[in-house]
Amino acid sequence: MHKGESARLGRDLARMLKGGVIMDVVNAKQAKIAEQAGACAVMALERVPADIRAQGGVARMSDPKLIKEIRKAVSIPVMAKVRIGHSAEARILEALEIDFIDESEVLTPADPFDHIEKSTFKTPFVCGATNLGEALRRIHEGAAMIRTKGEAGTGNVIEAVRHWKIIRGEIEILKQMKPAALAAFAKREGVPTALVSQVRADQRLPVVTFVAGGIATPADAALLMALGAEGVFVGSGIFKAANPARVARAIVEATVHFADNEKLAAISEGLGEVMAGLEIDSLSTRLQERGW
Amino acid sequence: MTVGVLAVHGDFSEHRSVLASLDVESREIRTLEDLAPLTHLIIPGGESTVMGGFLERTGMGKRIQKRVAEGSLAVFGTCAGAILLTKKITGKLPPHSLKLLDATIERNAYGTQHQSFEASITVLVVRPKITVAFIRAPRFTKMGKSVSVLAKHNGDPILVRQGRILASTFHPEVTGETAIHALFLKL
Repeated sequence: MHKGESARLGRDLARMLKGGVIMDVVNAKQAKIAEQAGACAVMALERVPADIRAQGGVARMSDPKLIKEIRKAVSIPVMAKVRIGHSAEARILEALEIDFIDESEVLTPADPFDHIEKSTFKTPFVCGATNLGEALRRIHEGAAMIRTKGEAGTGNVIEAVRHWKIIRGEIEILKQMKPAALAAFAKREGVPTALVSQVRADQRLPVVTFVAGGIATPADAALLMALGAEGVFVGSGIFKAANPARVARAIVEATVHFADNEKLAAISEGLGEVMAGLEIDSLSTRLQERGW
Repeated sequence: MTVGVLAVHGDFSEHRSVLASLDVESREIRTLEDLAPLTHLIIPGGESTVMGGFLERTGMGKRIQKRVAEGSLAVFGTCAGAILLTKKITGKLPPHSLKLLDATIERNAYGTQHQSFEASITVLVVRPKITVAFIRAPRFTKMGKSVSVLAKHNGDPILVRQGRILASTFHPEVTGETAIHALFLKL
C-alpha cells in the first residue's frame, strides 16, 4: 500500500465516525459499556483526563496489554493516545495495528520542538487544535482527523466552544482575503498556501472535525453539533458520572437528535449525577496550551 | 422517486454528495416520519452496532422490513449498511439485523485499519472498472439461492443483490463513484 492510499483510507475511516461519539475508556469493562451504549469508537488510555489532572505526574501512552484487552472486548475501532512528539510511542501503537492514534495534549508532551511526522505512519492520526493555523499544521504533518482541544478533564464545555468558533470564524475570514493576504497567512502559520486555498474554497477543513474537551452532558453534545461539529469525543464525562451507561447512551442520542428539542428534553431527564466540573480560571494547568 | 439516507451516524453526507452529482435530490432520515415518503433508502458506512441499535430502539427497523415486504421500498447498504441488511451476521457482538438479504456476513473480516485497502473492481453491467475503498470491511461468506453476485474481489462477493435489496462490502461513496448508486436508483 503506498503512502497516498493509506492517507486517504485514514481520512475515509474518520468519515465513517461522523455523527458519532468516541468515548475514553481505561479498561475492557468500560469499553464494553461504551460499545453497548452506542459509541462509534473507544479511546484507550491509562487514566481519564480528570484523574490525570487530580493525581498529577507524567501521563504516558497506555500499556500495550491494556490496549490489546480493550481491542479484544469490542468490535468498534480502538484509538489510543500518545504524547505530543513521541514518535516511539506512536511506533509501538503502529506495531499493535491500532485503528487510530491521538497525539494528545492530555498526556505530558515529549518533544518541545516538533509534533510527530504523521505522514510516515500507516495508522491514521487525530490531533487537537485551538485555531485554524494549528489545525492546518497538524493536517500538513499528516493528521487524518482534527478535534478541538477544549479543556479536558474539566466537564466545562466553554473551551471546546471557543476553539470550534475560532476555527470556524478563521475559515470564514479566509473568504475575504486577497491572494497576498492568504499567502501571508500561510507563511505566518507555517503551512502551504495550497492547503489554505483549499480550505478557503471548501469553507471547511479537508478532514473530519470533531469536538473534544469538557463535554459532560447530552446538552453539551447537542450545543456543539448545532454549531456544525461532525462528532464528539467524551473523556471524563462518562465514567465520572454516577450512571455511566445511562449518560453514555444519552450523549449518543443527543448527538444524533441535536436539532430535536423534544427528544433532547426526554434524553436529558433523570440521568443522575453528572461529573462535577471545574471553572477554567481555577486551573493550575491548562492542557490546551500544550502543543502549538 | 424519493431517496433518503439514514443519517444516524457514518458517512451519510458522502452518499448525499454522490446522489447530488447524479442530479438526484435526497433527504436525511432520522425518524419514522422521515421514512414514510421514501421509495429508496441508503444505509451508509459507519458502525453497524450504533445504527443497528438505533433502528431497533426507534422501531425504524421493523418499519423498513414491512415496507420492503410490501415492495414499496428499495434499500442499498454499504459496509455497515450491508451488515445490517444481512440475515446472519458472524463475528464479535453481532448487531440487530434487518434480515432482508439471505446471506451470511462476517463483520470486520479483514482486520484493523491496517488491513483497509482501495481496489479497482469490475461490476456486472457497469463499465469501465471503478475504484472503491474497503474500510475495516466485512466479508460475505455464504449466499442464499435468491441472491445474485454482481461483483467479486479476490474471489469474495463484494456487491450482491436480492430483489430490491443491494449491498456492498465496499464504499463507492468515498471515492465519489456514481455507478453503483445509479444502479440502485433503477431498482
